[in-house]
Amino acid sequence: MYPLEVKALSKHFGGIRAIEEISFHTKDRTILSIIGPNGAGKTTLFNCLTGFMKPTRGSIIFSERDISGLSADKINRMGIARTFQNIRLFRDMTVLENVLVAQHTKIRSGLFSAITQLPLFKREERTIREKAYEYLELLGLETHVDKVSGSMPYGEQRKLEIARALATGASLLLFDEPTAGMNPQETSEMMRIIMNLRELGKTIILIEHDMRFVMGISDRIIVLDHGVKIAEGSPEEIKTNPMVIEAYLGKETH
Amino acid sequence: MNALSSIIKNPLLKPAFIALWLAFLLLPFRGVKAASVLFITLTIAIPAFKFLSGHLSSLVKQIHSSVERVRHYLPSDSRFLFLLLLPAAAIPLVAQGYIVDVTILSGIYIILALGLNVVVGFTGLLNLGFVAYYAIGAYSFALLNTKLGMGFWSAMPASVLITVIAGFLFAVPAVRLRGDYLALVTLGFGEIVHITLNNWDSLTKGPNGISGIAPPHILSFGLTSLNSFYYLVMFFVVIAIIVMRRIHASKIGRAWIALREDEIATSAMGINRTMYKLYSVAFGAFWAGLAGCLFASKMRFISPESFTFMESVLILCMVIVGGLGSIAGVIIGAVILVFLPEVLREVQLYRMLALGAGLVVLMIFRPQGLFGGKNVSIGS
Repeated sequence: MYPLEVKALSKHFGGIRAIEEISFHTKDRTILSIIGPNGAGKTTLFNCLTGFMKPTRGSIIFSERDISGLSADKINRMGIARTFQNIRLFRDMTVLENVLVAQHTKIRSGLFSAITQLPLFKREERTIREKAYEYLELLGLETHVDKVSGSMPYGEQRKLEIARALATGASLLLFDEPTAGMNPQETSEMMRIIMNLRELGKTIILIEHDMRFVMGISDRIIVLDHGVKIAEGSPEEIKTNPMVIEAYLGKETH
Repeated sequence: MNALSSIIKNPLLKPAFIALWLAFLLLPFRGVKAASVLFITLTIAIPAFKFLSGHLSSLVKQIHSSVERVRHYLPSDSRFLFLLLLPAAAIPLVAQGYIVDVTILSGIYIILALGLNVVVGFTGLLNLGFVAYYAIGAYSFALLNTKLGMGFWSAMPASVLITVIAGFLFAVPAVRLRGDYLALVTLGFGEIVHITLNNWDSLTKGPNGISGIAPPHILSFGLTSLNSFYYLVMFFVVIAIIVMRRIHASKIGRAWIALREDEIATSAMGINRTMYKLYSVAFGAFWAGLAGCLFASKMRFISPESFTFMESVLILCMVIVGGLGSIAGVIIGAVILVFLPEVLREVQLYRMLALGAGLVVLMIFRPQGLFGGKNVSIGS
């Protein structure tokens, strides 16, 4: 039983085949990287997995249920969270508030208990605050708690997005280019953070362009090109795969 | 548009632009001569004031920072609410009937503006037809009272429920839209309700309105006097403020604000955005319905004239002047916009002009509103 199994997934935009018949699966507590040249369909694949796009064909099996075509919020509640390539924080909220919003579905008390300030309401609010601090500490953001999230440096914003995804309680995390725009020092810190998440029992799929990062962190790698999966394997296998080298560097001409 | 906005933003041309605009307003009243005098004076005076004295910018900064300080203090400290409450409670004891009357009106508008603030300020859904809910609340109350003889305490919950259901039904198709499109549809809804009230003679008596609405009772004690009605309205204002603050600090309030900030990210947090938008509209309609009941039982007579598009604009102005999303700001905005026209009655003809000019100047120098932290935007 795999946490996530994708079977013959396709997404077409009119005549354009953004992804075509992609199949793969993840294993528990592993890091799977998806690489490929620009326009290979990596983000489209993420959008289909997280419900932001409806796949044209194929199935996505997550915890024994076909989730393809479900809405994004439903998929999140089932246990898949993601970050975005172009960071999408609640920019006018503080760092803490961002993580509180992420724990929305952990709260049972509704309108009535909020108005009457029932003990249940207060207890739950306290719990998610404590939890929020834990998540922020895990990402090294504990000193930024009250900062307005949109005013933080880029690297910190990326970390907050990961903290927020984590705070939704998801077991499967999808990171879209987590190190984009980061310097080497920040990148290696991000590597440490993601490996730590794997130790904590999370299953991770990530899209990344930084090859040193991908080769250093991944348990398995999938290579997409023009919407098709052209290779899959361990970092060592991928490094020497002629198909991959051709996709990235072009065919040798004689 | 870009050329125009670069002209407006140019620090040298901005004063001239403001002067031209104010002169243009004066033109129909005082003729070309007065308008050109005003234009020339302002064009010289504003930059002179701004550039010659470097003090101005520091003064503006000072005002901004003191406003910020007050703003941070306001929503966090509930003692402030009670500090405000004491003088408010004393108004009927010291002031004459006219002031009490205007204060009652501002209390009703505070409830309305707080309701609209949920929709526009928290959730970021621009609504240009909010008066529709106000009207539905007032008319339901008036009809239940005059036709079925229901008293205040049974007609009020019933009319609020009717308003919430109306708000909900309307919102189901509308929340699929965003930004400008949503604004247009809400505008249309406001007009539909207004026109229906004006023409459904058999039910609403059309433009003649409904008269003979009974005043509220507590037990057998009728709240016929202005002062007793004042305390009734203040009671609901306090309830509204407390409920707003508590909702704002709950998961529901956070979800609304998250929707305003980023819809896509909100649904990535497992939050059903359609449901929370519906929640928001229905919750806003609740307060508009309540305000409508209070208005109807205060006036004892209602007609479609009280529920025009201008009314929607006025309520929206209250929210924007006070500051989108800020509860304290919205209260202050409502009080200002009810009292200012009354104060300006002295200058008769010019009062709406002065009010309009004041709004524009506010938007130029403090676009986030007096106490708001968020810029006004109708974009999605």
